[in-house]
Amino acid sequence: MPTHDEIYQKVQATLVDALGVDDDDVTREATLQGDLGAESIDFLDIVFRLERNFGITIPRGELFPENIVPDADTVKDGKLTTKGVEELKARMPFADLTAFAANPEVDRIGDLYTVDMLVNYVSTKLAAK
Amino acid sequence: MRWIWIDKFLEFRSREFARAVKNLTLAEEHLHDHFPGYPVMPASLMIEGLAQTGGILVGEASGFTEKVVLAKIPKAEFFGIATVGDQLIYEVTLLDLRAEGAIVEGKVLLRGELLAEVEIVFAFLDKSRAQQLFGDKNFVFTPQMLGILDMARASGVAKSSSQPS
Repeated sequence: MPTHDEIYQKVQATLVDALGVDDDDVTREATLQGDLGAESIDFLDIVFRLERNFGITIPRGELFPENIVPDADTVKDGKLTTKGVEELKARMPFADLTAFAANPEVDRIGDLYTVDMLVNYVSTKLAAK
Repeated sequence: MRWIWIDKFLEFRSREFARAVKNLTLAEEHLHDHFPGYPVMPASLMIEGLAQTGGILVGEASGFTEKVVLAKIPKAEFFGIATVGDQLIYEVTLLDLRAEGAIVEGKVLLRGELLAEVEIVFAFLDKSRAQQLFGDKNFVFTPQMLGILDMARASGVAKSSSQPS
């Protein structure tokens, strides 16, 4: 089992290849979309590369959940309700929702996709192998 | 002009690999404009040839039930040029195939030398959304496009997953 830092370095190299960014830009806190300029189709490319580089299987929607805002019960006035935040936590247990939960605007969900989130996800998958 | 940028398959192994040939001739209009007096095959059209080779390889894997679209080119490197009278060989290897799409590695060869290396990500259009937009029509795999694979099958070049290798 590689260390957290070794996983980070490999994730960093993965994102450099997938997004054409400099490795200096791929800090742990960097958001994939806001800081690294990832678009929706890049998520598919990232999934391909993570699977290949780490030898893991990533089921559809597990790393980047689809239909993340399912119904009116979980969203009110552009923000996730308490139930919505709990559902998001359940679907993304590898993401740190601490800051997000304080102001759970739907538009900020994309900020949860950080480099650190990918490292945590890969660590979880490798530990389960 | 027909938007078909490969002439025929030389080899087709389902879910694995495809090799196609593209001959460049002065009968092609675009070569007279790119460039006048110096006809050079545009790099973008070589990528299109690889995408068609790879797109058919990816589409065949699901029996052409998916609408396979070129989504991203993470890498494209060219090491030379090709001109009229040249014969390009497109080789595409399927690296990964999943429910949402596929990734392939493509090479362009000219006289046995590597002319270009390209990575292509294909996405499958969401079926319900594609049905709303396009109905039953599969605008990706037209009869003309699939005819190239039919010719390869007829000549024994193509091996589908259901056929013994």
